[in-house]
Amino acid sequence: MLTIVKPGLLTTIQDLGRYGWQKYGIVVSGAMDPIAHRLANILVMNDENCPTLEMTLVGATLRFEENTVIALTGADMSPRLNGRRIPIGTAIAVEKGDVLEFGIAEDGCRTYLAVHGGFDVPRVFKSSSTYLRAGFGGFKGRTLEKGDRIKWKKTDSTFFQKVKNMRRRWAISRYFYPPRSRTVRVMKGRQFQLFTKESQQAFFREPFTVTSDSDRMGYRLTGPTLSLTKKFEMISEGVAFGSIQVPASGDPIVLLADRQTVGGYPKIAQIATVDFSTIAQKKPGDEITFSEITVEEAQMLIRRLETEMRLIKASVRLQFR
Amino acid sequence: MLGGFSLHYRIEPLGDSAVIVEFGTEIDESIYRHVQQLIQLFEETKPKWLIEYVPAYTTVTVFYDPLSIRTEFPYAYVRQEIDALLSTKKIAQKIRAKTVDIPVCYGGEFGPDLAYVAKYNGLTEEEVVDIHSSGDYLVYMLGFAPGFPYIGGMSPKIATPRRKTPRLKIPARSVGIAGHQTGIYPIETPGGWQLIGKTPLPLFNVNENRPTLLQPGDRIRFIPISAEQFREMEERLHAYDR
Repeated sequence: MLTIVKPGLLTTIQDLGRYGWQKYGIVVSGAMDPIAHRLANILVMNDENCPTLEMTLVGATLRFEENTVIALTGADMSPRLNGRRIPIGTAIAVEKGDVLEFGIAEDGCRTYLAVHGGFDVPRVFKSSSTYLRAGFGGFKGRTLEKGDRIKWKKTDSTFFQKVKNMRRRWAISRYFYPPRSRTVRVMKGRQFQLFTKESQQAFFREPFTVTSDSDRMGYRLTGPTLSLTKKFEMISEGVAFGSIQVPASGDPIVLLADRQTVGGYPKIAQIATVDFSTIAQKKPGDEITFSEITVEEAQMLIRRLETEMRLIKASVRLQFR
Repeated sequence: MLGGFSLHYRIEPLGDSAVIVEFGTEIDESIYRHVQQLIQLFEETKPKWLIEYVPAYTTVTVFYDPLSIRTEFPYAYVRQEIDALLSTKKIAQKIRAKTVDIPVCYGGEFGPDLAYVAKYNGLTEEEVVDIHSSGDYLVYMLGFAPGFPYIGGMSPKIATPRRKTPRLKIPARSVGIAGHQTGIYPIETPGGWQLIGKTPLPLFNVNENRPTLLQPGDRIRFIPISAEQFREMEERLHAYDR
């Protein structure tokens, strides 16, 4: 069990999302940065879908009430265990009474904390992800607050000892993660052709800035104003993680984990799956540019990424042999 | 694209892990039948690559797992699979249509805008209730909030624009009108709809077997009830309210 001493700005429990319920209007939710979430679980020998803590911009302070093994991935929030700086991207043995403190995200926006065995929260619609707007999932359907005590499934003490006694220092490559790229790869959206030539060109040529009007539901961007050649009455249809919609204001919105299931604005583009982490780790004020790839290229990149994930998983297992 | 008999549809990518199948460009029951047909085919055949589908007025968004498809181009493969599914069956077979009766207590504290809707359309409150409760409605899709139905079929005689100033809190289970649409709020949210009544039935429950009262493709009948009946039913149902 751990106790929340300070909750941080927005700390929730997430897994890889709630799939299969969108036809009922139930949103997917889940980790904003699914790769960081999976890596955190891999580092503590969990199933990749195990619930993790997702912290946003300003991290939490936690006290561990029993020995366990944890891993941190994603943004670097200068984590300190009992005052001493600890690395991200590796397995760390923590002991009863240890206090883990996070600061502000310096590099990226979201940090994931996985605990060996996975957090023990009820599954709602087959997922542990928190859906804040409807108030269900995760820990009581809400963000974590001071004094909350979160359990996990029992820790394996041999694994704890093994990690505690590890001599060799290792961490997953910072080259691979977190993504620092400013470029976000996209495929053209279904309504791309309805935008003016100038808007189509500006979309790929000019940078956009993430505004402070951004949350788990979506990011509002500012940049060149995007306009349609003529007024278009759009009939609402399905949307996905990374769909880029353009409302009448002309400022695009990138839909993210807590997006609604359907949208009624024209979609200019759709972010490639391999760049979900890149966009989710951007914070207000960050600049991005969009570059076009084909569906075929995007699917090849997914395969390449999964090969890399398998390699990481295999080398992590080797460390614990 | 032309597939099967005279069924026209287009398949377009929604990125690298979804496609949108579009059957038309108008909100119309004959187009919606094809939406229902495709989701029924998915339910019957349960393709391995299918993660989930989201029906809407004229489209079905199909989420798939490209890693589950071993061919070089998963997108092309999914297109072929959908083409094959849509050509196997004759169009517009019998679609299971369930009719759901929704009791509504109109006016008074439950429908504070009923008088406005009546006045706006030059009708009496009773006439608005008669028109609203005698319509033949179809649930095209759920979205916006868990269990929120997008309903078609309301008479234009009671169409009323949204309120100029939206309410900060609309109680769950309120029945409202916005333009030519009618709808029911499953959970408490802010909103600009003209509220004409309230149902004692919960629209959404955290229950995996039956999360929502309504499903895409359901038909609806609104049944007027008294405030007394409303309270009795609400008590019996322990309605889920937020």
